[in-house]
Amino acid sequence: MNSKPKKVLLDGSMLIIESLVRAGADVFIGYPITPANNLYSYGAKRFPAALAAPDEITTLQWMSGYAAAGKIPVSATSFPGYALMIESINMAYMMELPMVIVLAQRLGPATGTATMGAQGDVLLMNGTISGGSSLPTLCISNVDDCWSLPPEAIRWAVRMRTPVVLLTSKDDVMTLRSHDLSSLPPIEKIERDYFTGEGPYASYSPGENLVPPFLPVSDTKHQVRLTASTHDTRGILQNSTPEALGNTKRLQEKLDRNLGDYTFYDLDEEKGAGVLVVSYGITAQAAREAVSKLRAQGSKASLFVPKTLFPVPPEYFNIMEKYDRVVIAEENQTGQYRQVLFGSGPRPGVSGVNAIGRIITPGEIIQEVLENG
Amino acid sequence: MVKTFLDTDNLPFCKGCSHQMIARSTEKALQILDIDPLDVVLVTDIGCHGIIDRKFHTHTVHGLHGRSVALAAGISAGLADPRKKVVVYIGDGGTSIGINHLLGAAHRNFDMTVIVHNNMLYGMTGGQQSDLTPGSFNIRASMSGFTEEYLDVLKLVEDAGAAYVSRIQAKGDFSEELAKAMRVPGFSLVEVLEVCPSYGLKQNKDVTVANISEKFDLPLTSRMNEKAKRAEIADRTNNPSLLDSMKPVSVEFGHNLKGPFTLLMGGSAGEGVQVAADIFATAAMSCGLNVTKKGSYPVTVGTGYSAVEIIVSPEEIVFTGIGKADWAVVSSEDGMSFLKKRIEGMSGGRVITDAAYTVPGSGAVVHAGDFRGQVPGREINLSMAIVMLGISGIFPAGAMVKAISDNKIGGKMDVAKLVAASDALRAQIGG
Ligand SMILES: Cc1ncc(C[n+]2csc(CCOP(=O)(O)OP(=O)(O)O)c2C)c(N)n1
Ligand code: SF4
Ligand SMILES: [Mg+2]
Repeated sequence: MNSKPKKVLLDGSMLIIESLVRAGADVFIGYPITPANNLYSYGAKRFPAALAAPDEITTLQWMSGYAAAGKIPVSATSFPGYALMIESINMAYMMELPMVIVLAQRLGPATGTATMGAQGDVLLMNGTISGGSSLPTLCISNVDDCWSLPPEAIRWAVRMRTPVVLLTSKDDVMTLRSHDLSSLPPIEKIERDYFTGEGPYASYSPGENLVPPFLPVSDTKHQVRLTASTHDTRGILQNSTPEALGNTKRLQEKLDRNLGDYTFYDLDEEKGAGVLVVSYGITAQAAREAVSKLRAQGSKASLFVPKTLFPVPPEYFNIMEKYDRVVIAEENQTGQYRQVLFGSGPRPGVSGVNAIGRIITPGEIIQEVLENG
Repeated sequence: MVKTFLDTDNLPFCKGCSHQMIARSTEKALQILDIDPLDVVLVTDIGCHGIIDRKFHTHTVHGLHGRSVALAAGISAGLADPRKKVVVYIGDGGTSIGINHLLGAAHRNFDMTVIVHNNMLYGMTGGQQSDLTPGSFNIRASMSGFTEEYLDVLKLVEDAGAAYVSRIQAKGDFSEELAKAMRVPGFSLVEVLEVCPSYGLKQNKDVTVANISEKFDLPLTSRMNEKAKRAEIADRTNNPSLLDSMKPVSVEFGHNLKGPFTLLMGGSAGEGVQVAADIFATAAMSCGLNVTKKGSYPVTVGTGYSAVEIIVSPEEIVFTGIGKADWAVVSSEDGMSFLKKRIEGMSGGRVITDAAYTVPGSGAVVHAGDFRGQVPGREINLSMAIVMLGISGIFPAGAMVKAISDNKIGGKMDVAKLVAASDALRAQIGG
């Protein structure tokens, strides 16, 4: 890492695709959509296999098929494509199939503005799974995350047998920047564990950590049953037997129990600060700059950048509890993550900095910290 | 020893339901193929026919309504193993909602056998009509919007590129017909004409499995398409790293910046605004500066404005947005109108543009010259960047000239001529 700098001009998409492949992703399946098009074209160039699907429902179904066959699939999309994927993401979640979906947010509703960044799909992440279970969601907050978070998404997907969303936005995946390749830490390929016992094998019989050991549908020793309907540990459809309901509840419990292994955030606390600036995704950069400017002018402030958005790690509340004031900056109209953390009603000491159709500036965050303090 | 694929006790269907005939004939077909149960993946759709999966000893995958064919396509492509058989059970309902998946899988000729259980209604939800229901087949809760014509799924998938199609009736033992389809490498589809005694027969007393074909003009047929092509999925396991092909920029020049410098560029699509900005960014890097570049243009990239926000800085660039720009370089009317508000907001700095355009009032000093007259349209943004560097002195214009020469567009133009024209323009408008 002490080698001489290797500066190149690149976008976050290139780092995301390269690191996904290095971490062991096998196949990219995609349908084009701005602002995920660079991910698509790099995916086509770099992945061991790349398939052009005719739509996003097919995309997610093909991905699930690949995952059932023991591969790690990846796709990249934006809201309109994600909306089509939702039922199939539920299927993959219920079948416990690993995969990573990169969601590059853009301004909605509907087709909205394809070339305008946004952070308007956060509540959608929280509500994707019918029944309210959490869909594991990691959020990229700067160029370093474009390299370091994708392998964590793969690790989470594989170890927990679940779809994982890697949330990003137009500015992260399309902005070109000078970046030093010699500073990129190496990425280890994530090795997979398969069921190795004598059997009998039951596809949904939980092992260690509440996760059922995986076997692909090519196994020649044990029968594999995958199903998206409510099912027992053998993967057989049941209406609502205690065993089957227990299996459904386990889908959340496995995530909660192991969440500590997948909790990522930046915390930069200043001693004596009464205000905590919270931001994630594309707005985190403005928050980082705002906090350093505040400190430079003598105002104490701490900074918290959550990267694991869902399930919400319980320790986030321990962090925030220590502050009299929490200012949450995010590029959406209603303060979506603020609602997740603090509910939709007003809450003393909690305020938001919000905007749509433009990037939030450090100045706005500074103003909120200083004026309403 | 004959292998068992199906547990035939208590099949989960109503009495007389044709679905059980298909299950039994499937087992026999797999026995004819003499394949191992664990070399078979049965993918079932949502519908009455789909709940059979629990009775099979093969691998089973039970997904969503209408999506089974796409799911199976992924499995087939993921396994990529001709020794495996992927069999799909889908209903006429699933075929209606998911017809694009059937067309897509046939089009790519994925290796799989689709068995369409056509009982001409949605059994599981109470007997409503599907796109495969003939108009004269009586449906209890019939709605409008249908014609006498049913969707001929055989013709559709055949047109899309299927290797084999057949239509048979759910009578007796039809395992040979199923085995024939399963032997075909590529996409095969068998439509089985059936009845649903619970919802189909009360209103259609004269219908039997044996007379559906004639009564509704659904000819029994089988057709092989010898010319069907298989979609190849290239193995690119040894693809090189994306980063390997990136040429690092070495620092060859100095700069005069103490802090961040922000620049807006605006012009017309097709005149190389983005390329000029990329080259400008590379030039800045060759002076040891950090850079960020954001492009914006309409979705139709070939027409209208094309604009860029650039930050160059000796420090690390954290926030990549630009509040007030320091300088703006505008090469066309499109660019000027797109950047109007941004230029009006400038409290100082400079605007470089062609003398033909009206610059919105602002705190910026304007340098306007006859760029259009002196340099070709495709080089105008490069020229303006050279002039901008000459006047501002933030880093040497020579770094820009070198970056142009190193870029592939440098080979397609007369760089020396561009530099001479730019220097002359600078002499006229600079100062
Ligand atoms: C997206 C979606 N829409 C609607 C349904 C409800 N649904 C379940 S089964 C079915 C129809 C099944 O009919 P068919 O595919 O012909 O199978 P059959 O029951 O006749 O065997 C429908 C509409 C669903 N499960 N998913
Ligand atoms: S409702 Fe109809 S299709 Fe469903 S099992 Fe009964 S007879 Fe068969
Ligand atoms: Mg039906």
